[in-house]
Amino acid sequence: MSLELENVVKLAHDGLTSSLPGWAAAAIEYVLVGVLLLALYCVLALILIFLERKICARFQCRLGPNRVGPWGSLQLIADMVKILLKEIVKISKSDKLLYYVAIFLAIIGSFCTFGALQFGKGLACIDFNVGIFYILAISSLGVIGILLAGWSSNNKYTLIGAMRSGAQLISYELSAGISILTMVILAGSLNISDIINGQENAWFIFQAPLPALIAFIIYLIAGHAETNRGPFDLPEAESELTAGYHTEYSGIQYGFFYLAEYLNMFIIAGVATTVFLGGWQPFHIHADWASGFNHVMDYIPSYIWFLGKAFSLVLLSLWVRWTFPRLRIDQLLHLEWKILMPISLLNMLVMAVWVLIF
Amino acid sequence: MEFLTASNIIFVILSVTILFFGVMMVTETKILRSATYLFFVLFGVAGLYLQMNYEFLAAVQLSVYAGGIVVLFIFAILLIKNLGEEKEKNSKQKSIMGAIAAFSGLALCLITIFKYKFVTADFSRATEITSNLNMQQIGNTLMGTEKYQYLLPFEASSILLLACIIGGLVVAQINKEDRK
Repeated sequence: MSLELENVVKLAHDGLTSSLPGWAAAAIEYVLVGVLLLALYCVLALILIFLERKICARFQCRLGPNRVGPWGSLQLIADMVKILLKEIVKISKSDKLLYYVAIFLAIIGSFCTFGALQFGKGLACIDFNVGIFYILAISSLGVIGILLAGWSSNNKYTLIGAMRSGAQLISYELSAGISILTMVILAGSLNISDIINGQENAWFIFQAPLPALIAFIIYLIAGHAETNRGPFDLPEAESELTAGYHTEYSGIQYGFFYLAEYLNMFIIAGVATTVFLGGWQPFHIHADWASGFNHVMDYIPSYIWFLGKAFSLVLLSLWVRWTFPRLRIDQLLHLEWKILMPISLLNMLVMAVWVLIF
Repeated sequence: MEFLTASNIIFVILSVTILFFGVMMVTETKILRSATYLFFVLFGVAGLYLQMNYEFLAAVQLSVYAGGIVVLFIFAILLIKNLGEEKEKNSKQKSIMGAIAAFSGLALCLITIFKYKFVTADFSRATEITSNLNMQQIGNTLMGTEKYQYLLPFEASSILLLACIIGGLVVAQINKEDRK
């Protein structure tokens, strides 16, 4: 498999460890991996924003950006330069320290989760025995940034937006977590590598069709709500709260929230891919007559599989965002606590019985 | 140069961070800032667990303390009136009592530290202990009824939490009737 990046990584690792002492090689590798991840984070954000603008334009019968570069593809670069050059507005009578710290907390939560994803065969930065639990734990940090941003801006709209967002994130985290735990029961491990390797012959969504499908749908809904995007975008409902918790932020500070929001969308899609759709495993049919088909599928590199699946789920998320009307706060909490939570708890029980029987 | 290993450097950085933000947390007069510093302290402690290769405890620390309790703190603080105002100055008597309590605590800690015979910290040994400890073992220990297993405390703490939830609801209900 010449297209796999696994060998490149191995080559770089061997080259570094053979010529340098262990600690120096490790330090260089940490920095390299961090820089690579940051670059990937930014590039993915640009791609996602471009996709969103093009696709939402299609949903609204428009063309979207089409002036700068072919199909408007350089518009994003122009926007990025613009947002980097913009003045950072300073707010008087606000808690300056928390105001500046909040954006970093929001983006650190998102970035640490991003780093825990496995992008392909041998392309994992960290591989704990509790990997998926770590993802659930660290992704809950972003809410602190949002709450602090809302409060420290010293503005009633931001405060209301932050409180709404906090309530929304804390409640939807529950059903997202429970639906992932449902799949952990099937996988029998919290280790991300084990989860992905367990799906070599059939993705989990095909291994236990009924409970896995329910968990998948619940995870997509809850995950979509966790990204604060529409129909669940009432923390930043522009008609009532101007822009919610990031009203007072400008320039690259606003850009950070924007990045975190788009990457959270990708992270949710990535985690759903890992847990339900086999991560970077190719699509295999476990039967004798399908060996030729499986062989062809193996030729597609693993990172293409991962990105392809993740971007299909992102497309689904965009589709939902531009199709459904916004919920009210009471409808939102009703949906979580009275519908999704009981279903996902019951579903977990069904999954446990399923695993015991089959 | 024996002391200057990578794990020792990381340990020093983590402990300095924890101590710095710990001191900042108790000396800060604005309550929301204190909560933020507390978050950094808990984050640093999770880092220490990670250094000991105890990933499960680190993830629990992040999820329960940093992600859960600090968020609840901030949420509760945001619901309080007059937030952001500096807290009132302590009276002289309170300060003296506080100082006595703090110093006796410090004395107790120092006596314990100097009397206890510490084993030299060896992070390479931690790996071999914790790598054998997998999630299945933790789960079985938490849900078992035999010796050194913790089903009873686990269930008792869940009853305690249930009581807290019901109590919270009752308190909220009383306030509602007062307003009518």
